[in-house]
Amino acid sequence: MSIVAVAVSPSWYLILSGVLFSIGVLGLLVRRNPLVMFMCVELMLNAVNLTFVTFAREFGHLGGQAAVLFVLTVAAAEVVVGLAILVSVLRLRPGATADDISSLKG
Amino acid sequence: MAEALTNTVWFLPLAPLVGFLVLVFGFDKVFDSRNSQKNVPEKRIGWLASGFVITAFVFAVLQFVALLSLDGHDRAVTKTLYSWIPVGSLKVDISFLVDPLSVTMILFITGVGALIHIYAVYYMHGDKDYRRFFSYLNLFVFSMIILVMADNLLLSFLGWEGVGVCSYFLISFWFDKRENASAGSKAFITNRVGDFGFMLAIFFTFQAFGSLGWQDISHGASSATASTVSIIVLLLMLGAAGKSAQIPLQVWLPNAMAGPTPVSALIHAATMVTAGVYLLVRVSPLLEASYDWVPQVIMWIGLVTALVAALSAMAQTDIKRVLAYSTISQLGFMFVAIGAGAPVAAIFHMITHAFFKALLFLGAGSVTHAMDGEQDINKMGGLSKHLRYTTPLFLVGWLAISGVPPFSGFWSKDEILAGVYNNNRFAYVLLLLAAGVTGFYMTRLVLKVFFGKPNYTHTPHESGKGILLPLYGLAALAIVAGILNLPFSKDLLVLEHWLEPALEGGFVKHLSFGGGTQWVLGILSIIVGGLAMFLAFRIYHSNRFGSIQKVVEHQFFYKAWHIDQALTSFVGGKGNRMFQKAADFDTKVVDGTVMGVASNTKKLGGVVRLFQTGKIRSYALWVTLGAVALLVYFLIRAL
Amino acid sequence: METAVFIVAAIITVLSAFGVILAKNPVHSVLMLMATLFAIAVLFVAQDAHFLAAVQIIVYAGAIVVLFLFVVMLLGVDLAENLRVEPIGGQRPLAIGATVATAVLTILLIIVAASDSSKPESGDLAGITQETGNTGVANLGRVIFTDYVWAFEIIAALLTIGVIGAVLLTRRAKQQEVEEEVVEKEGGQL
Repeated sequence: MSIVAVAVSPSWYLILSGVLFSIGVLGLLVRRNPLVMFMCVELMLNAVNLTFVTFAREFGHLGGQAAVLFVLTVAAAEVVVGLAILVSVLRLRPGATADDISSLKG
Repeated sequence: MAEALTNTVWFLPLAPLVGFLVLVFGFDKVFDSRNSQKNVPEKRIGWLASGFVITAFVFAVLQFVALLSLDGHDRAVTKTLYSWIPVGSLKVDISFLVDPLSVTMILFITGVGALIHIYAVYYMHGDKDYRRFFSYLNLFVFSMIILVMADNLLLSFLGWEGVGVCSYFLISFWFDKRENASAGSKAFITNRVGDFGFMLAIFFTFQAFGSLGWQDISHGASSATASTVSIIVLLLMLGAAGKSAQIPLQVWLPNAMAGPTPVSALIHAATMVTAGVYLLVRVSPLLEASYDWVPQVIMWIGLVTALVAALSAMAQTDIKRVLAYSTISQLGFMFVAIGAGAPVAAIFHMITHAFFKALLFLGAGSVTHAMDGEQDINKMGGLSKHLRYTTPLFLVGWLAISGVPPFSGFWSKDEILAGVYNNNRFAYVLLLLAAGVTGFYMTRLVLKVFFGKPNYTHTPHESGKGILLPLYGLAALAIVAGILNLPFSKDLLVLEHWLEPALEGGFVKHLSFGGGTQWVLGILSIIVGGLAMFLAFRIYHSNRFGSIQKVVEHQFFYKAWHIDQALTSFVGGKGNRMFQKAADFDTKVVDGTVMGVASNTKKLGGVVRLFQTGKIRSYALWVTLGAVALLVYFLIRAL
Repeated sequence: METAVFIVAAIITVLSAFGVILAKNPVHSVLMLMATLFAIAVLFVAQDAHFLAAVQIIVYAGAIVVLFLFVVMLLGVDLAENLRVEPIGGQRPLAIGATVATAVLTILLIIVAASDSSKPESGDLAGITQETGNTGVANLGRVIFTDYVWAFEIIAALLTIGVIGAVLLTRRAKQQEVEEEVVEKEGGQL
């Protein structure tokens, strides 16, 4: 019996999304390029989206899919504003990493 | 009609307040369009200030008329301007209580105030701070009106502090002399001791009655516990003793004579110093509800003050200091009246005293004017030849304060004496003695100043009409004010009937003897007064009884029983160490606690600050660790 | 069939996700991100979320990733940091530890939860319109415009705010540049 014949259970999707989320976290914590860090945030958001869709099918409810749409929109807005901030910051300090932008502390 | 008239009550404080603002901000230049570039002539300033006080007097009369049109028991109108402090159950309004007591007070405050203002217009002629003087004077009248018109303790306290600060300003008016400045400080600091009592009394009152309104206090007095009420009364008495210069807080008043003479007359004789008496009369129902010994304390404090101050007055050589000690003594009489359950007599004496003491002070001002500022009575004498108008006016004041019938002082003093006789025979004898001493030192003063050989070389000049005019008014009042409350028949007790609704439920003891005893008491006081005056006449005019003169002018009396020195050495010596300990407690324990909390918070903040590196990745790490902790928690729960 | 799709898509997802965080060149990261998004879109399709899959590709891959690319190009591709050095002490071991812990704990939690037979009934999600044949775009649209219409409106407002914010942020920077240029010119004349 090949593995292909085994039915996919929702847990698989959830585990995949957990792994994807953890990869995003790792990237966010390790990388210093603000652009890449943004992408890691996108990875984490997508992991969550995947969870939403899985549960939507599991419970036979479209609320999960609607939530994905909203997360997507928020992600888009976040990227737009975040990148705008990034652009203006990097214009003043070219080549800055996330660690360099640390003057807003007590 | 009464409603419409009492609505104008707000013009009472408004008039002097506007006067004050106009003088401070120099709008008076607006009134003088022709010379707007030059300094305004000083008379214009003076009359402007006087005008505002006269306006206030007119409105005071309107309030009086309004109350007259009401029935006896409706004569208590509360007018609220706005809610001042609405905090939880504490509701304090800016509101005035128009009742017989407050109207009586404002009538003589604004009346005497207006006369003294007019006097000051001429008296202060040529002073470089003419405008400042009148702005203070107007502010004082404003504060005094707030003090007596307020319908609650807190607003009254506002006026109380207002008159205190004006008193300070005016005592040290000529502050370029060091002793004047320190006299002002002394008055202010001594008053703070009393104010501390007043403030505590406010707190206790709120706790006991849940309100600070006079009427709530009056109505609630009978249902409150005697101990609480006694504490409140004793604390208020401390405040009153400070403001009205009663022992042991009397030390500031003689020094307060450093201020200009109109100030001495207005603030330190006629109005402000009577605020304590007013306060105690106002809370008369509390006296009724407190322990029996509480009014006795008030009476004995007044009595001791009256005697000690009178015995100090007879040895003084400064004309204004004689009058200052006399004022303390007379205020003591009023306290005695309150403590003996004769508040009407206290108010009566307050009014007559305001007239004759203001008259005496203004007369003394006229004398010092003539003497080119000399105040030592040993350097005067024979002034009656030169001061043809001032002398008879001063003599009127002398007769009034000495208790010679039919002058006003006799009637009010006799009423107090009758009230004390009704209460305590021993106290009566002592008070009669004090009354006799009053006659003695006043006669001494008059003889030394106006008669005998002159001890000066120049020719004194009589004061101008502007100075004499208010003196005529006050002299007339000092002569006739006795008709306010004549004891011959019940219908003649006008003041008593008038004040009756305001003193309802108050500490009033009716005389337990008939008219015959009153006649005897009256004649007795005439005899004692007459003897004292005769003795003074023999000593200071006929130069007899030199040994008695030595006794009465002894250093002990001259230094006012060394009370001032005793206080000074205590505060400077033993007391200082005690105060230092209290101060140490404050700096070490109280401040230490506060600062300790602050510095520990700072230290904690310093530790927490280490987490805030400004590096977003380390923040994210902390968030992740938090998420891990949450996951562990969920896992444990799921298992 | 679904199993095969899942396995292939999952492998692509994980690998390209690692590619995102490991690529030195940000452009490569962006491309890897696009691959991840495509794989997730496939997983959406596998779970009958056809509309979301389309949106995923159009909005994410089409708009957001292109935006990323633009910014990368705008700021220069030489923004690669030296991954051998870690400026914050203890950050990397802690990060790896925390990440592994997150992953392991999540997987454990899912396994524990899946073994729990008391699965909530769909009816337990009370108060929300039940859609039976839940694959249709029409049904999704109906849910969004009925049950979630309020959230939808707020999202619309959020997007508007985002646009305004972005315009404002970048415009201010331009003004600054203009001012700097003016200063430079004046300096040159002097």
